[in-house]
Amino acid sequence: MDGAMNTPGIFSPRLLIDISYFLTACLFILGLKRMSSPVTARSGIVWAGAGMVVATLVSFLYPGMSNYELIIAAIVVGSIVAWWSGKKVAMTDMPQMIALYNGMGGGAAAAIAAVELYRAAYANVAGAPAAHSNVVMSLAVVGGIIGAISFSGSLIAWAKLQGVINKTLRFGGQKFVNGLLFLGSLAVGVIVVLHHGADPLHVSLIFGLALLFGIAMTLPIGGADMPVVISLYNALTGLAVAFEGFVLDNAAMIIAGTVVGSAGTLLTQLMAKAMNRSLANVLFSDFGSGGGATATAVTGSMKPIEASDVGVMMAFAQKVIVVPGYGMAVAQAQHKVWEMCQLLIDRGVTVKFAIHPVAGRMPGHMNVLLAEAGVPYDLISDLEEINAEFETADVALVIGANDVVNPVARTDKSSPIYGMPILNADKAKNVIVIKRGQGAGFSGIENGLFFLDNTRMLYGDGQKAVAELVNAIKAAG
Amino acid sequence: MTGIVALYIFMLAAFTGYEIIAKVPVILHTPLMSGSNFVHGIVLVGAMVALGGATTTLEKAIGFVGVLLAAGNAVGGYVVTERMLEMFKSSGARKKTGGGH
Repeated sequence: MDGAMNTPGIFSPRLLIDISYFLTACLFILGLKRMSSPVTARSGIVWAGAGMVVATLVSFLYPGMSNYELIIAAIVVGSIVAWWSGKKVAMTDMPQMIALYNGMGGGAAAAIAAVELYRAAYANVAGAPAAHSNVVMSLAVVGGIIGAISFSGSLIAWAKLQGVINKTLRFGGQKFVNGLLFLGSLAVGVIVVLHHGADPLHVSLIFGLALLFGIAMTLPIGGADMPVVISLYNALTGLAVAFEGFVLDNAAMIIAGTVVGSAGTLLTQLMAKAMNRSLANVLFSDFGSGGGATATAVTGSMKPIEASDVGVMMAFAQKVIVVPGYGMAVAQAQHKVWEMCQLLIDRGVTVKFAIHPVAGRMPGHMNVLLAEAGVPYDLISDLEEINAEFETADVALVIGANDVVNPVARTDKSSPIYGMPILNADKAKNVIVIKRGQGAGFSGIENGLFFLDNTRMLYGDGQKAVAELVNAIKAAG
Repeated sequence: MTGIVALYIFMLAAFTGYEIIAKVPVILHTPLMSGSNFVHGIVLVGAMVALGGATTTLEKAIGFVGVLLAAGNAVGGYVVTERMLEMFKSSGARKKTGGGH
């Protein structure tokens, strides 16, 4: 079909492109596979990166291409801005940055669909015969809608996590309006497919409605649920890329997009499960923003303790388990915490970190934050590995975590977090909670752990409190 | 490629993606999501082809935005994933490199 550009022999541009895309697909799959173990993860992204470079370079050889200046200009500008922002972003802000980059991918997929559909629309208006079959047109429309939803939805997710949008917009009949936007976009899409592109106005309407739907769907979702939503949009972008890959007859896009689509869907389900929620629950209910929690009153009192006493307690302990939460990262205390743990390890104390699946702002985020502070990953255990060990721990040090150690989740059926798997910090011989004040946490749910007989509260700013602990352990001799 | 071959590719790639992720420990969820986010940056090659074939001003404008966004997805996704994964070290590796931080 592109015979004019084919040079004699085996190295025709088309063959070179096909072989390179094949290589890229292999590198992507092997790279993702390597990324699933901490030992090989670093090399995994490098392999996938090599695949991307190969695919990008070889795409310049595509037969019949023009506008090279524009292509190069767009790549250079986009790359520089993304490189700079990616290098600069703080580890605590990683979730919204991923959302932003993901939204860009969705937008790019929608742009590919838009180019194809507008071309078809103008050709149709001019009375030219249809260039694409109805199947290809349908894939372009569906991929375009999904990409547009992922684009606008991810931008809203970014804005909410970044604090640009603080309000959670809700009104009566919202689900009805959202449904109408989505079905409207789909219906116009059907018209465009059946009429071989219809006209430019209809094409614009598809994207306009899809973009609005992405915004309207994401606005009511609370900040705590946002990681699941970001993961969902990640999967959707993959799917959109795969669909546009069908339209362009591009195997690399089909394979990479589909792999991300299915992997992302599974990842989304794993995340929702870790939060003890179903995906439908995340998308269509209001828990994430913390409505009026009506938990039963917890009896007992919070008992304060001094840093010097905690220091001595840990210095002469056999085993200390640290339970970090997002509050630790907000206070930027993770470096001090690791300094403290190194002192304990040097004294022969066994130190472990217990990470709840939803510690931090998305599953695995806390691991990244601890890794940034220099904590080796083999000291970090997840919920299933560590929960049996709390009974043998002398001290459980809870810093910046709240709901994930709340024993109410095991006992109180009226609590909104009932049934959520928690870290059994309350089973340790001594529980120390570092906390700024006496108020309830992020979700507004009273924490039963704080009132237990074996719990002591160390009040103060996370970083300052840990610095005092470091001094106390040094003084313990 | 014919429709049915494309469908086979779709099916096999879907199972591949599922299998790759199925056994991933929670500690890698965030970098892996970021890594898969990078992989769909392959949309860049599609955007390049779309812009390369654009003739009208409207097509060129949309294509340009497409390439711009796709390049941002690919490069940004790579940089943040690499930054996160670079930090994961075991106790053994830490002692060898003399403590790191």
